Amino acid sequence: MTSPAIFAPRSGVLARAADWAIRHPRMFVFLMVLPIVLWLGIVYIGALIALLMQSFFSIDEFSGVVQHEFTLKTYAELLRPSNFAIIARTVAMAAAVTLASAVLAFPMAYFAARYARGKWKALFYIGVMLPLWSSYLVKVYAWKLVLAKEGILTWIFAQLHLSWLLDAVLAIPVVGGNSLSVSYLGTFIVFVYIWLPYMIIPVQAALERVPAPLLEAASDLGATPKQSFRMVLLPLALPGIVAGSIFTFSLTLGDYIIPQIVGSGRLFIGQAVYTQQGTAGNIPLAAAFTVVPIVIMGVYLWGARKMGAFDAL
Amino acid sequence: MTDAVSFRGVSRHFGSVRAVDAVDFDIRDGEFFAMLGPSGSGKTTCLRLIAGFEQPTAGHIEIYGTRAEGVPPYRRNVNTVFQNYALFPHMNVRENVAFGLRVKGVGKAERTRAAEEALALVELAGYGDRRAGALSGGQRQRVALARALVNKPKVLLLDEPLGALDLKLREQMQEELRRLQRALGLTFVFVTHDQEEALSMADRVAVFADGKMQQVGTPEEIYRRPSSRFVADFVGSSNVVPADFAGAGQPGEWASLRPEDIRLDADGREATVLTRAYHGRVVKLGLDLGGQALTALVAPGDTLPEPGARTRIAWDAAKVHVMGAGA
Repeated sequence: MTSPAIFAPRSGVLARAADWAIRHPRMFVFLMVLPIVLWLGIVYIGALIALLMQSFFSIDEFSGVVQHEFTLKTYAELLRPSNFAIIARTVAMAAAVTLASAVLAFPMAYFAARYARGKWKALFYIGVMLPLWSSYLVKVYAWKLVLAKEGILTWIFAQLHLSWLLDAVLAIPVVGGNSLSVSYLGTFIVFVYIWLPYMIIPVQAALERVPAPLLEAASDLGATPKQSFRMVLLPLALPGIVAGSIFTFSLTLGDYIIPQIVGSGRLFIGQAVYTQQGTAGNIPLAAAFTVVPIVIMGVYLWGARKMGAFDAL
Repeated sequence: MTDAVSFRGVSRHFGSVRAVDAVDFDIRDGEFFAMLGPSGSGKTTCLRLIAGFEQPTAGHIEIYGTRAEGVPPYRRNVNTVFQNYALFPHMNVRENVAFGLRVKGVGKAERTRAAEEALALVELAGYGDRRAGALSGGQRQRVALARALVNKPKVLLLDEPLGALDLKLREQMQEELRRLQRALGLTFVFVTHDQEEALSMADRVAVFADGKMQQVGTPEEIYRRPSSRFVADFVGSSNVVPADFAGAGQPGEWASLRPEDIRLDADGREATVLTRAYHGRVVKLGLDLGGQALTALVAPGDTLPEPGARTRIAWDAAKVHVMGAGA
């Protein structure tokens, strides 16, 4: 029996659909991206635009009713010292958290990308991802106990006869406080802990793509380890650091739970949005507060691109 | 004259693997030295030992009379052209070439001038603003060469630099490397697994196998007087036969008989043709001479015997190289 050179068309709905898709690659791609475009375009972007519009409305100070008329009054309110302090505080915290995350993440990511193999690599991924599997609230409350005045950290410092050091740190104005759990420093520690994995993973992925011979070439051409790092490794890892910093920066900008549980009690942007749209019922001001992180991230990405952070992609 | 590089009992072991095992050799100042061997023979590790990427487990390495053990790559005036070029993807061609000068603190105007000069040397003048990624394989190769040469190294190391190029480009680059080496009078150390490349380019060739250096000498010495069965077979393939069979040396010794030295001769010994393959310039015959398999390369012609036919072959006893009993 001879076999045909071309087989007969397949039957069955799925088989025919698959064959059709192969014959029409452009339609296939269109159908694949359609759901995500609908979701992003209508549900997500649409909601964002509605929010943006809210920020151009204002609230009647006597009746508390939202007036649906275009005004910049709400944005002017945003710049009042008490509100501006919230923004400055949040941005400073987000910047500090991002910087600390990058500094902590880099050596870990470098080890995982360059040296860890097989079992060690699996261990690295589990170690980084494991904290993400447990509840965010549980972790934050756990940190509150760790950092509390009667907590384990105070105890450890006492056992090491280093209580004076802890007291000295807490005595630093602004960032210090009665105990770590009611200070900016405590908020900072918890933020870094919670968002660190979001920095490690993209940095590790970026470092993984840097071929090892490039570093040998740099060294061969006379670059000291410091020069190799600054002129070759860091520029090539920068897209990963920027990607990670987008996470750590924007997540810190928007978070309203951590500073509420661990911190000095002064408001961050997320908390401001929460109180304005909830108890205060000032939806326009809440919307205006929400626009702030979006604008900041936009400026940040634009700046990163200008600086060539994505050139190596 | 001080030798450019000397290895004295140099070993590099990775755990139980002896990548380089008690190797001795000297590379002379200004010579084109090829290290030839199959993959895993230790030739690339030797190159990395000279560059400083590896440190010897035992033995001593001297570069122009100075001990090199423990000296990091960035403290050696030795530069490498990497197998896959290892150009920096975030820099353009000029920045790549000027990198070595930049890390040494050479001013911008001076290093731009030197980079352009080096690019002109490899016939890539005017390519400075291009991205490394936008170049062809041959052009990247030249950039890698310029990037190394701009530093005026005492020794230039080339790690299978032509491996990724197609045949035509390869031959062109071989000539060009030779020309550059002569013009600059630099010591070139060239690693390759291609015996023809090693023979045609180098002043001297070192043949490696299993982490040991098998033989070092001029291409002609290596080809005409291989010291062992391995060298005879790896460099240009050979018929390794008992010496008395070939008509030279003592019983018990081995001899190398090059395929091109066997000729069809009506007065010769009778052999059976097993295979015949046309290679263009030559025809390769697989022969059986009294139970001894032989390969012969003969000129193409109308009267070549068919497989299965009988023919008569001969060779000059002077062309037979006796390697001794241990080979």
